[in-house]
Amino acid sequence: MSRQSTLLLISPAVLVIGVFMLIPMFIALAYSFMTANPYGGVQPPATFDAYVQFLYQRDFDDSLIFSPDYILIIVRSLYLAVATTAICLVLGLPVAWYIVCQSEQRRRLLLFFITLPFWINTLIRTYCWILILRDEGLANKLLRTLGIIADPLPLLYNDGSILLGLVYTFLPFMVLPIYSTLERIDPRLIEAAYDLYAGRVAVFRRVIWPLAKPGALAGATLVFAPALGSFLAPDLLGGGKKLLIGSLIQMQFTSSRNWPFGAALSIAITAVILLVMMLRAWTAPQREARA
Amino acid sequence: MTRRAFSWRYTPGFAPLTVAILVFLYTPLLVLVVYAFNSSRMVTIWQGFSTQWFVAIGENGDIRGAAENSLIIAVAATIASTLIALLGALALERGTLAFGRGLVHGLVAMPLVVPEIVVAITTLVFFSALGMHQGLINLIIAHTVFCIPFALLPIQARLKDMGGMLEEAGRDLYASEWNVFRRITLPLLAPAIGAGAIMAFVISLDDFLISMMVSSAGSTTLPVYVYGMMRLGVTPEVNAISTVLLAISLVFVASALLLGRRRA
Repeated sequence: MSRQSTLLLISPAVLVIGVFMLIPMFIALAYSFMTANPYGGVQPPATFDAYVQFLYQRDFDDSLIFSPDYILIIVRSLYLAVATTAICLVLGLPVAWYIVCQSEQRRRLLLFFITLPFWINTLIRTYCWILILRDEGLANKLLRTLGIIADPLPLLYNDGSILLGLVYTFLPFMVLPIYSTLERIDPRLIEAAYDLYAGRVAVFRRVIWPLAKPGALAGATLVFAPALGSFLAPDLLGGGKKLLIGSLIQMQFTSSRNWPFGAALSIAITAVILLVMMLRAWTAPQREARA
Repeated sequence: MTRRAFSWRYTPGFAPLTVAILVFLYTPLLVLVVYAFNSSRMVTIWQGFSTQWFVAIGENGDIRGAAENSLIIAVAATIASTLIALLGALALERGTLAFGRGLVHGLVAMPLVVPEIVVAITTLVFFSALGMHQGLINLIIAHTVFCIPFALLPIQARLKDMGGMLEEAGRDLYASEWNVFRRITLPLLAPAIGAGAIMAFVISLDDFLISMMVSSAGSTTLPVYVYGMMRLGVTPEVNAISTVLLAISLVFVASALLLGRRRA
């Protein structure tokens, strides 16, 4: 295929994503330096107000006072995203290893069932947990029927339920990349380790984990990024009372009508995610060189 | 007592854990489906099997309007994104990109990496900066963008898988580029194109966040409407419509996964 026809074929994809995704990012960046229009949108003059708002609140007399509200929301979002990633890793790694150890046919079947939820509407998957966790929900009903509790436990609308929703949503993102790296392990390496009297723990620590690491890192990025910006789990399972970044951004474009601040927050989480991905790309070649 | 011979393929506890994870993944969906068929208005109290809530949502004009919007957007976005993805996959796998291969890959993967909320608000900002308030058209454009990588993945994988040998043979026999594509590449690629199109369709039909931010009064999609219902509380109607959406995703994705596996 000639160069011209290659360019011709690739250009629709590049143009569509470039114009409707990359350029909007830069427009959002520009918007984050504008003044909010109280009716939505932005107006001149250009300011740093949106970024100042991360740390300070403007008082009535126009003086800036330190306010940790937004920083706390950002810290909580980071904490929940990191916790989600950690839980998914702890659960995903053994599951991926278990699948790798099965026969070809069972592998396919298990992978199918792990992949399937990924394609099911997140809105509906999240909603299912309301049915289970709410006061009149299945979990409380079961516990009451069994006589374990008298009054319903407040299972919904807390950090625990948000975390549960996030793990439920993103677990497949962790299992699949780990599986695809583990699948390529040469079984003779493991047999050699056992022949040399390594125990299970030593084999895991010295053979399996080093080989699984690239997949685990890929999975961690795939879980962390969407978890940090998640909207549905915090909104439906957190009750929207305690905000996370995702809902905070959404609010700036609906009820709060502060587009520059919303744009600034979006730029901030995109920057965090780019940083994480760059760290990964930066450490990867070094690891390969050492291996 | 028979003792199991040592095998590194067996780790105690991993099998029950995997079963537990599968139960964890599927029980909530099962709960939803069971409740959707409950005849009682009180969702949690089982009163008997009934399909009345499905009839109720079928008769709801708002839901039908939203479903119509969703369908129009999904069909348009699927056609556009699959075409774009097919051309892009051919260029990436069979073309000679002089420079920027990594850049193109990065750009095409962007909709997968950037958090949905960021895509949603940047798209909203973009349309508002242009002063473009075209209702469904805006949504079709937004959906096409994030459907491209999903349509691209199976097509690109298949192209990589099948190699270029048959196409080479065709060229050796003096077939023109167009004939090679029409008589060799396209028929071999057809199942993967089908799989990619189905994936794109499901992703578009299921999208909530981007649709919510970009849609306006007349262009509400089904998930956006259902979200509005959910915010008002747990009702049998929400369970029924959610079950319908769940069933649609399951049927389409299962067929796409089977189609994608088929070796033409």
